[in-house]
Amino acid sequence: MILHPAILALLIGALLTCFMMLYAGWYGVRILRNWDLQSGSELQLELERRTYLISTLVSYSLTFELISLFLLIYTADRLHILITGAMCAAGTLNANAFGYPLLLLKIVNFLLAGVWLIVNHADNRGHDYPLIRVKYAGLIAIAPLSLYELYYLYAYFSELHADVITSCCGSLFSLERPGISGDLASLPSAPMMIVFYVVMAATLLSGVYCYRTGRGGYLFSALSCAAFVVGIASIVSFISLYIYELPSHHCPFDILQKEYGYIGYPIYALLFGAAVAGMGVGVLTPFRTRGSMVQVIPVFTRRLITITLILYLLFTLIVSYKIVISSFRLGGY
Amino acid sequence: MIELIEASKTFNAGQANQFIAVDKVSCRISRGGLTVLKGPSGSGKTTLLTLIGCMARPTSGRILLHGVGKVCLPGLAVEDTVEITSLPERFLTTIRRRMFGFIFQHFNLVRGITVLENVMLPAYPTGAPVAEVRLRALELLETLGVSRHAASRVERLSGGEMQRIAIARALVNDPLLIIADEPTAHLDSRLSEEFMELVAGFKGAGKSVLIASHDPIVYGAAQADAVIEMRDGRITGCGTHP
Amino acid sequence: MNRRIERYRNILDFALSSLLRRKGKNLSLLGMYTVIVFFIASLVFFIQALKREAALVLDGAPDLVVQRLVAGRDDPIPVAYGYKISAIRGVSEVKPRFWGYYYDPVTRANFTLVASGDDPPGRESIYLGSGVARLMHLNAGNYLSLRGAKGASQVFSVQKILASNSELVAADLIQIREDDFRTLFDFPAGRATDLAVSVRNKVEVPTVAAKIAHEFPDTRPILKSEMLRTYASVFDWRGGMVIVLLFVAVLSFVILAWDKATGLSAEERKEIGILKSIGWETGDVLILKSFEGMVISLTAYLAGVCLAYLHVFFFSAPFFEQALKGWSVLYPQFKLAPFVDPYLLCVLFFLTVCPYTVSTIVPSWLAATVDPDTAMRS
Repeated sequence: MILHPAILALLIGALLTCFMMLYAGWYGVRILRNWDLQSGSELQLELERRTYLISTLVSYSLTFELISLFLLIYTADRLHILITGAMCAAGTLNANAFGYPLLLLKIVNFLLAGVWLIVNHADNRGHDYPLIRVKYAGLIAIAPLSLYELYYLYAYFSELHADVITSCCGSLFSLERPGISGDLASLPSAPMMIVFYVVMAATLLSGVYCYRTGRGGYLFSALSCAAFVVGIASIVSFISLYIYELPSHHCPFDILQKEYGYIGYPIYALLFGAAVAGMGVGVLTPFRTRGSMVQVIPVFTRRLITITLILYLLFTLIVSYKIVISSFRLGGY
Repeated sequence: MIELIEASKTFNAGQANQFIAVDKVSCRISRGGLTVLKGPSGSGKTTLLTLIGCMARPTSGRILLHGVGKVCLPGLAVEDTVEITSLPERFLTTIRRRMFGFIFQHFNLVRGITVLENVMLPAYPTGAPVAEVRLRALELLETLGVSRHAASRVERLSGGEMQRIAIARALVNDPLLIIADEPTAHLDSRLSEEFMELVAGFKGAGKSVLIASHDPIVYGAAQADAVIEMRDGRITGCGTHP
Repeated sequence: MNRRIERYRNILDFALSSLLRRKGKNLSLLGMYTVIVFFIASLVFFIQALKREAALVLDGAPDLVVQRLVAGRDDPIPVAYGYKISAIRGVSEVKPRFWGYYYDPVTRANFTLVASGDDPPGRESIYLGSGVARLMHLNAGNYLSLRGAKGASQVFSVQKILASNSELVAADLIQIREDDFRTLFDFPAGRATDLAVSVRNKVEVPTVAAKIAHEFPDTRPILKSEMLRTYASVFDWRGGMVIVLLFVAVLSFVILAWDKATGLSAEERKEIGILKSIGWETGDVLILKSFEGMVISLTAYLAGVCLAYLHVFFFSAPFFEQALKGWSVLYPQFKLAPFVDPYLLCVLFFLTVCPYTVSTIVPSWLAATVDPDTAMRS
């Protein structure tokens, strides 16, 4: 265990998030069991009040999850000097088996919390609590994930040891351990570039179609999920090359650094935002005819589609701009 | 405009100190008139006001709003009936904000802030622009003859003045129905008479008024269109003014 | 959209005015919060500055240092090893280094005696680090007597006082000629304290080190990167320990904040009841409360961080000096270079603002769910 202030901060953050999510999940169970809208009993009134607490807790968790996601990457980057062979965050995360699963878990938790808040927002617009059961069943499913995340975070950092000179042995860490690869497997650049633009264009088209006709919500949602995955794969595969202007540097984390003008923050923020909004469309679609949602969901879905499209469009524009102004050119492949 | 069907409100249900404050009350409150709820203290008048005013939900029974669908919920037509019994709190609050203005027995002004701010308070969460609300609040204070106190703190005012501030506050969101709970309890007879004149003014301006009171000046007043008598949580008499 | 922004603005206005109305309570909360942020921020800034300082020092360190171990303890290394090492492919230079510690019983301080460098002092002369000079009230031209290994004192004239851009390490330095060093400590002939090895291509440093370790099994090669790492983790570890302690303070503050927030005064309770009765919704009151919390935490955070900045970079961290810099009696007097890292600000935010925010959620919610009809029943 390295007692770095940032690691303490991350652990505290995860502990708080976990506590909030489990607390919310616990009341989710109570709401699922005892909810009866027709009743004016004191229990029902109390449960309705709890819903305010729960949505506040989840939105704070979401915020923490987002900040700590970046903090984790940044910390991993800072710690690479302590780990032999690690060149940047990619290497530090690879230092033990918990690093990448942890990152993945954090991303998944962020997306799920975001989608939950979208459902919650829609439900709050309806005057008959139409999605209450769906919402809380979902919350109960999500809440344990944060416990899982806390466990992974703890396991990751407790397994992470600084390679420090000790007086008892004169061994060289640098050679004892096989070098930790800082490189991620990356897909070939030129084909990936085509896939990237095709998927973005398809998402745009299906979004416009869905906005106009109100149909094809699932397709749009699936495409925007695909666009998220393709977007991240593209950053590793070719976008990073243009940003670093190096033919073999595929690191998805270095773009968060000052040397590259912190370009990674807007890029990832756009990508994550678009993914949450896009997934929200798909999750809301099956409920568009339920009760008062008939009036709420179509309007809300349109707004979500607009947000998704704008974010993806901005993402594509920034990336394309970077590609155009970069002095790097794809050769070979 | 408002219809109650067997509405009941029970406190501490299922416990030893269970207490039925309103017991299966059915009545109607019509638009544009002055309705007085008459009865001794403890008869359930205030609880009934909170039910009608969407502050609390009945334990059983139904409350319907007629002819105000458009004001209440998005997507409804004017003539639609709204059942408020099982609405989530956020919708009840919206309805309350748009439909009702409250005048409390103890005025319930917030201490430490100015009279003007007190009057503007109900408009804050509606998202109305501050400048607009300020103008409206000042106009109301002017009409009620207390505009000279606009910048002073509420704790320096007399009872009659405080009530006028409370009235201005009740009117700032331009409600359809004004609900007052024992408005004359802390006023002398002259001020009570003045209050009833103001009420007549509201009626003239097309607003409905609902007052709970056991003061003869109120329920005996010429302006009262209907008087509902309550005792022990039930309606014991109902009639139009002689 | 516009209305929504207006609504937030209106509620924020009211939140500010309610905070001002309860000056006493909120100022005491703010004060304690600021003090805690101040301590944690000072610590984090201070450690960061020390790490930079250490990195600066190590910048001039050799790529590789070779020490000899006898029975697991450091032992002077034969200078002859150096010739063989310089024959290894990739090695550009090998320099024997002579250094050691000298304990002065009068001032009870430990000095570092170094006999290397390009510009050695003259016979029976020394250069003094600024800290030593200050401690012993010596100037150039004065004399300093050192007790040798055989018990006899030897007198050296102070030739000059060393100026240094990093006082942290150079303060306790005494620079001496190699032959004086040998006679003073009765150092074995043909041996050096360790060997400094320079490597032409930095990528090859580990390979060279491995060859040395293979050829001379009794030696221990230490890489510069390993030293950097060790320094960094030692500083982090020390700082981390203190942060754990300070976090106890954060926790007790959080409990206090919780207590203050839950124990709504009758006045406040009544006020929220009034707000709810005149048409504020639970969500509106929640926003009001979280705005109040945000104003307090952001103010405390900013004030604490600014004060910590002044404390560490302008007043040289008087609170932590003793605990963190080292154990030497000889204290370097130096100003840390002002430097703020956005990353650290983010860490600080997480350490201080998040626990407080979480602690306010439940009390705010409790306050916000006051029944609107309580106003009718007062």
